[in-house]
Amino acid sequence: MQVKHPRQSVMIRGKRFRHCDGSSLRSSVAICGSIGLLAIYAACGRAEGAGEVTLRFWAMGAEGEQVAKLVPQFERENPGIRVRVQQIPWTAAHEKLLTAHVGKSTPDVAQLGNTWIPEFEALGALRSLGALIAQSTIVRPEGFFPGIWATNIVDDTVYGIPWYVDTRVLFYRKDLLARAGWREMPTTWADWRRAMEDIKRTVGNDRWAIFLPTNEWAQPAILGMQAGSPLLKDGGRWGAFSDPEFLRAFEFYLGLYRDGLAPVYGNTDIANVFQEFERGLFVFYITGPWNIGEFGRRLPAELQDDWATAPLPGPTGPASGLSTAGGSSLVLFEESEHPAEAWELIEFLSRPDIQVRFYQETGDLPARVESWQDTVLSRNDKALAFRQQLERVKPVPLVPEIELIMAKLIDYSEQSIRGGVPPAEAMRRLDDEVNHILEKRRWILERRMARAAP
Amino acid sequence: MRAETIERQVARAAWLFLAPALLLIGLFFFLPAAAALVLSLTDFDIYALADIGNARVVGASNYARLIDHPLFWTALKNTFYFALGCGPLTVLVALVAALLVNAPLTRSRTFFRTAYFVPFVTTLVAVAIVWRYLYHKNYGLLNYTLGAFGIEPVDWLGDPTWAMPAIILMAVWKNFGYYMLIFIAGLQAIPRELYEAAELDGASAWRRFLHVTLPQLGPSLVFVGVVVMIGYFQLFAEPYVMTQGGPLKSTTSLVLLMYEEGFRWWRMGFAAAIAFVLFVIILIWTLIQRRLEPKAA
Amino acid sequence: MRRAWQSVLLHVALVAGAVVALLPIVWMIAASFMPTGEATTLPPKFIPSNPTLEHYRAVFTRLDMGRYLLNSTLVALLVTGTSLVINAMAGYAFAKLRFRGRDVTFRVLTAGLMLPVQVVMLPLFLFFKQLGLINTYWGVIIPSMASIFAIFLIRQYATAIPDDLLDAARIDGASEARIFRAVVLPVIIPILATLAIWTFLTTWNDFMWPLIVLSDERRYTLPVALANLLGEHVQDVELMMAGSVLTIMPVLAVFLFLQRYYIRGIMAGSVKG
Repeated sequence: MQVKHPRQSVMIRGKRFRHCDGSSLRSSVAICGSIGLLAIYAACGRAEGAGEVTLRFWAMGAEGEQVAKLVPQFERENPGIRVRVQQIPWTAAHEKLLTAHVGKSTPDVAQLGNTWIPEFEALGALRSLGALIAQSTIVRPEGFFPGIWATNIVDDTVYGIPWYVDTRVLFYRKDLLARAGWREMPTTWADWRRAMEDIKRTVGNDRWAIFLPTNEWAQPAILGMQAGSPLLKDGGRWGAFSDPEFLRAFEFYLGLYRDGLAPVYGNTDIANVFQEFERGLFVFYITGPWNIGEFGRRLPAELQDDWATAPLPGPTGPASGLSTAGGSSLVLFEESEHPAEAWELIEFLSRPDIQVRFYQETGDLPARVESWQDTVLSRNDKALAFRQQLERVKPVPLVPEIELIMAKLIDYSEQSIRGGVPPAEAMRRLDDEVNHILEKRRWILERRMARAAP
Repeated sequence: MRAETIERQVARAAWLFLAPALLLIGLFFFLPAAAALVLSLTDFDIYALADIGNARVVGASNYARLIDHPLFWTALKNTFYFALGCGPLTVLVALVAALLVNAPLTRSRTFFRTAYFVPFVTTLVAVAIVWRYLYHKNYGLLNYTLGAFGIEPVDWLGDPTWAMPAIILMAVWKNFGYYMLIFIAGLQAIPRELYEAAELDGASAWRRFLHVTLPQLGPSLVFVGVVVMIGYFQLFAEPYVMTQGGPLKSTTSLVLLMYEEGFRWWRMGFAAAIAFVLFVIILIWTLIQRRLEPKAA
Repeated sequence: MRRAWQSVLLHVALVAGAVVALLPIVWMIAASFMPTGEATTLPPKFIPSNPTLEHYRAVFTRLDMGRYLLNSTLVALLVTGTSLVINAMAGYAFAKLRFRGRDVTFRVLTAGLMLPVQVVMLPLFLFFKQLGLINTYWGVIIPSMASIFAIFLIRQYATAIPDDLLDAARIDGASEARIFRAVVLPVIIPILATLAIWTFLTTWNDFMWPLIVLSDERRYTLPVALANLLGEHVQDVELMMAGSVLTIMPVLAVFLFLQRYYIRGIMAGSVKG
């Protein structure tokens, strides 16, 4: 998955908790000594109605807020199962999930960015879903986008059910592109770059052709994959960032900043992306599906016909215009005491009708192909680019260290963008660090192979 | 005979009285501290968390790795920037506040003393959030006030050159009140006669400060300055809440780096090495402090 | 005349200082009562145009901060209560009871003052994992139940108890436990009072260790919960301010009511920051 901007939510999440009865708690404070109180308090948190199962479900950011609205329907359809949704901010999600695993307090079900799956699998935190899928009438592998389904498989075993997909496409201002003399969205890097130069000539010094936040890894990673870089090579044992394929993409990426086509801004340097897009501070913006809804809501009505989405250009044309196979999956934790009920919840959330409702609430694109047929989705021309892009997606390497490696990609890219370190040198340093990070993985793999050998 | 039994009784009681504290401190402080040293010599990480068999002893290589880890040097630099910037400034502000509050002419002394002390008791996380808004580029109170003097808005927390000064400013605001109290106590301990004699000699207020107050307060001034910095070396919550260590790592402190390496990426062996660097810094600082400690105190 | 002029200048400076010291807190309180959006208007306001309690309602109902308030209170009270007893016994033993190895033990203990707590956190986390204490209240409480620093202070204070007093009680046949309760405790009450306030405030405000140990939202203490909420609600200034007020007010109240004991303790050079 790709780390999203924390979305700005005016609304406060509607969370459903069952509380301890306040009055009885107060009286026990009076009666018990403080240590006794602790025991009572802890026990009270666990209290449950007889025969009733409470599932703990962790979801991140805005999804956590919105999924709570779907829960009442699930609870109606499944009497005896209650769902407690805990919302975790994206910025802390990774730590919290790991601490929960270590503390044996993982939830029953969680939303997991699909790049995190290998890591949690390596920890033995996740339950294999093969048997459950085999018996399911609702969850069938062929119903999902294949590139996305593949991100949930580690060593031939399925550990997650894709919930929503996340990939990157181009959002752009049609009017400003046309003013620079381009009626059609270019599809090759060379044309794209020429279009950006033309735009820059028409908009002037304090405006730009493209906004590429310096602190997002998706953009350089996508360009690298488009240029044919595997990012990591030899089964995820070594970094491939200083190889010619990635370097070629990195030069292209860096050139956009160097030649003034993109401002050297991080995503926190622009207070309000929507406002700036409206003002024409930039024409192109590579971003994800949630922004279809946001742009629709936050841009004024008269601008709605002037912006569009398009699949990403590639080095040699549309076929090479790959993007990331990101998104979130629903996983079952090994420690869950209610796997059967938890699976019911996953099946519920995977139903096409529920997926469409979820899309309407969040703008998150359903991972099931049938959710795209003849629904609000298929009628939204701005979502069409995503539909096309999803045919051409590729996951980042599925290794447990990927989050850390991508964080390092940002660090070392910024050294070139802001610090003037030559690209080849920055990528060599990055590979040094990546190879060091992967040393443990190489050792583990070697040992595993040595053990497998007779 | 009787004295002997009492002695033995006392000794037994002593160990019983000490037992809970020694047990807790031994088990949950000294033992883990020793374990941290061991941990820093291993490559304990997420794989080892799943299965301890995946941990290896790697000797000093975590420390060697630190030396050519650019982010470590950045964090070290930031930590010293913060401590060396914040320490003297806190002492200075605290001293001025103490002199004002303790001036013979001051009325409502208790009120001012309490007012200055209040920031110190507040919850750091909560006030860090408040200051985040005060530092807002467009709507923040600080830029608004500066604007009244014709100063262009500064993007306090978004600009790598200003983020650390902004955090320093907040930390001084939060902590000076405590050291002010210490200085007030110090000021009150200066014998009145010294001032009276100086006044008789016709010394001005400034000269009295220079020739009586400073020399009397001097040793504890330096001492407090060093003590303040020990706390400041452990900078964590401010950048965690206000900047997440950014922009461009300009507010990533050693402890924040340790937290991220250890509890975000779970490279605990490496994180333990960072923790030991912190320990060495604090150890050196403590030894300096012991040398400077005023004998009278 | 000159004196009056000096006095005016002095008080202008004092008031200016007090304004700077209190302004962030005053603004926080004011903003928490403002309708959504008013805290991010120019010029900045200090008086809500239309005071509202909606954010406090939201904080207690939708954000469930009542629970965190209870968690914080529970943890702070338990730590204060237990640590006071444990540290007082140890401090007294070091000060007044003679036994072999006393000085060595004490010196080893005080050497620990040089160890920053952060060094301990990584192994302690793994240790607590083994003990099943991760994500429990005890995981937060146990490491604070004994404090070298507090023992050090109590020892210093208790040294002043005259030996004759203790010996007389012993000759009367009082047990050591009784001597501690009846003779020692009443004498060291002042330092215990200061320490109690100090411990309560420090525990309440503590952030890093609870952040590491607690993963389940229902066990969060206020600072951890507040930092967590900031992730989703950065834009909701007024709401965040209501949460901040809720977090700060209890400690502020404790301080304002008991400041006499606390400030006296600090001025006597006993409590560190």
